[in-house]
Amino acid sequence: MAVVAQPTLEKAAPKKGRHENTFTRVSRYVVLRLLTLFVTVVISIYLTVMIANMGGFVDKIMKGEIRDRVTGSIAGNTAYLKMDPAVRQKLINDRIAAEEERIGLNIPVAVRNFRYMSNALTLQLGRAINMTSDSGSKQVRLILLERLPATLLLMGVSQLFLFFSSVFLALNLSRRYGSFWDKLVVTLSPTSAVPPWFYGIFLILIFAALFKILPFGGMVDSPPPSNSIDYSLSVLKHLTLPAIALILSSFFLSIYNYRTFFLIYSSEDYVEMAKAKGLPARDVEQRYILRPTLPNIITNFALLIITLWSGALFTETVFLWPGLGRTLYQAIGLYDIPIIVGSTIIYAYLLAITVFLLDFIYALVDPRVKIGG
Amino acid sequence: MNALKNSFQKLFYYPSAMLGIFVILLLVFTAIYAMIKIPYREAIRLWRGGEEVWYQNPKFAPPSWINLFSKKKYAESFSVRTSDGTITKEVTPGAEGTSTISASYTFDFASDYYPQDMILYLTSKYQAKQPFISVEWLTPDGRKIRIVNTVLSQKQTYRFSQDAKLQTKLKTDNVIPALFSDPETHDLIRGKYQLLITGATFEPDSDINVEYVFHGQVYGLAGTDQARRDLVVPLLWGAPIALAFGLIASLGTSVLTMVIAAVGTWYGGWIDELIQRITEINLVLPFFSILIMIGTFYSRSIWVILGATILLNIFTGSIKAYRSIFVQVKESMYIEAARAYGASSPRIVFLYLIPRMIPLLIPGLVSSVPAFVFLEASLALLGLGDPVLPTWGKIIEDANANGALYRGYYYWILEPATLLMITGLGFAMLGFALDRIFNPKLREV
Repeated sequence: MAVVAQPTLEKAAPKKGRHENTFTRVSRYVVLRLLTLFVTVVISIYLTVMIANMGGFVDKIMKGEIRDRVTGSIAGNTAYLKMDPAVRQKLINDRIAAEEERIGLNIPVAVRNFRYMSNALTLQLGRAINMTSDSGSKQVRLILLERLPATLLLMGVSQLFLFFSSVFLALNLSRRYGSFWDKLVVTLSPTSAVPPWFYGIFLILIFAALFKILPFGGMVDSPPPSNSIDYSLSVLKHLTLPAIALILSSFFLSIYNYRTFFLIYSSEDYVEMAKAKGLPARDVEQRYILRPTLPNIITNFALLIITLWSGALFTETVFLWPGLGRTLYQAIGLYDIPIIVGSTIIYAYLLAITVFLLDFIYALVDPRVKIGG
Repeated sequence: MNALKNSFQKLFYYPSAMLGIFVILLLVFTAIYAMIKIPYREAIRLWRGGEEVWYQNPKFAPPSWINLFSKKKYAESFSVRTSDGTITKEVTPGAEGTSTISASYTFDFASDYYPQDMILYLTSKYQAKQPFISVEWLTPDGRKIRIVNTVLSQKQTYRFSQDAKLQTKLKTDNVIPALFSDPETHDLIRGKYQLLITGATFEPDSDINVEYVFHGQVYGLAGTDQARRDLVVPLLWGAPIALAFGLIASLGTSVLTMVIAAVGTWYGGWIDELIQRITEINLVLPFFSILIMIGTFYSRSIWVILGATILLNIFTGSIKAYRSIFVQVKESMYIEAARAYGASSPRIVFLYLIPRMIPLLIPGLVSSVPAFVFLEASLALLGLGDPVLPTWGKIIEDANANGALYRGYYYWILEPATLLMITGLGFAMLGFALDRIFNPKLREV
């Protein structure tokens, strides 16, 4: 999240002897790049499916669970008590077979893995095994969509705040290199070694347990307020602590990284030159410092957008925030492979699309970069 | 090598680095102390032990030092027994193989709260005739209360609070407060209380042993958890485990990353291509989900998790960063010279390329330790910690699962959290300082 990527200038065009049509060059590059990215996504999704299925190990757990559930429900039903034991046993077996077929356990693991994968690739996320959405649906798509707003709210608020405030503050600090605030940020930057959920525990302790001014967790009061103003206030109250935890854990490092980065760029000769020419400080900053750092800032922003989607698994769990991260954790606990695969595939696709788009954005903002060069 | 030494000497100019080193050394000493004081098997036995190991301790007891910060004093828990001499036992032989046994224990009660419970664990040895015991309670104001008279079996537990006869005698349901307060005013009385035990045996080899367990509100240096376990054990043992996990993971990850990047850059061709493709695939894989899946479906052993962590962390963005530097180093003159005199490829990779990068490796290695230490704790928080090992993360998980924050058992979370925080900050501070020393570009600007 708070990583400032080094500029990748690998695509900086080496001069080639022969001239090429720009269109063919770009389109060939696009096709090649899309192909490699697609293969990457396919492989990583197959790997996820394989790990999620762990060589059929999960099947045994699920079969046992089905047997347990079906036998229990039939043995517990008084209507079946007078039935002949053999008939009842057959009924149990039939029910188990039907249930296994419903989940798809009767198909061999390798085939099923491929089926999961091809469904996933075509975004047919299918039906969850154990989990349901709050509205009662078993559609993975609906379950994920239902949790998405919560994650987007939490991550959006915290990450966007983090991004803009740290770029802004870093720019300010880089102007005042060596000042008290600058030193403070440098001194405090190791605090980012601590993950957000950890700050979360401390925040809960202070604000929820000791001072009792903010809630321990969840997203809205129970029962939820009926009028929409109260509702949003209640959500805001619940949002405060997790958002602060997420911001706090990367705040100083993020500022520190951007600041160092701006400092490196502002010590370039052309910046000195511009200053010597007597250009106003604002112009120097915007044209000579911010412009060349733009590709990196865009990369960070793009990666940030992806983290919005994946959610904060541990922080959401600690704060009982009903987002995607916590859903994923619950799904793993319930062996709900369709949901695990579903969230992985979306993550993989988003990452691939971002990587692909970044190449073009680089070319737009950095004239040294030439697509497919 | 000299340059490396010089760089390390520069550390003295960074107070934060010195603080980091101090913290790390302290941790190393704690780890060594823990391993010597409580051997591995003993630590596992204690951590996995249930009531039979920890019956002397109250549940959810904060550490005794909270008395320093609180106006009202809590009662400290203790247990004493005749078997190790903490209760003195006198045996007076009588006629025909009988003997009279008397034991007494005096303690100063100075707290503002009644203890939770008092328990006597009585064991006796006999052939046919059971020994007899009588227990009396002496209060500071000189009253003598007869607690119980009983015939002993081999092993017997007597709980003061559950004795119906004593309840009728004291005319109350709450025996413990009654024993510690004035019968008229019901005020708590502080001072010297005495437990008097008189026993009689009727056989030559017969013997009685008593253990007196006093459950106050607070216990020991670190307090106890839901299973009455003394938290000192996991707090001490958390140090070596956290250090081992963090150091092995970061060392394994950074060294392997560097070697693979060096090999890939040097040999080029399909090896390099393969490494780059694996990196891209790995970047798409969701790291935490996969670790959680491995923990849930496969194994929670810390070694399996460690292996998976290292494997998933090799092919990351840092392999690309290393690669771009190796590409430059590969073209430098000394490599050219080495190639000219006929150095083999492995020799160049391991003796010429990689040593060049050690200044980059060291800060990265130190800085990544906290991430791995916290990773272990994070997984433990989700219930995926090693089921056998006592770690700081496991304490937090137990505390979280038992609602420590809601129920006000703050010590339970704060103790491991502080240790984790100190560990993380120690390594991070040293890593930051190292980074600025070894990469002067960051410092000069």
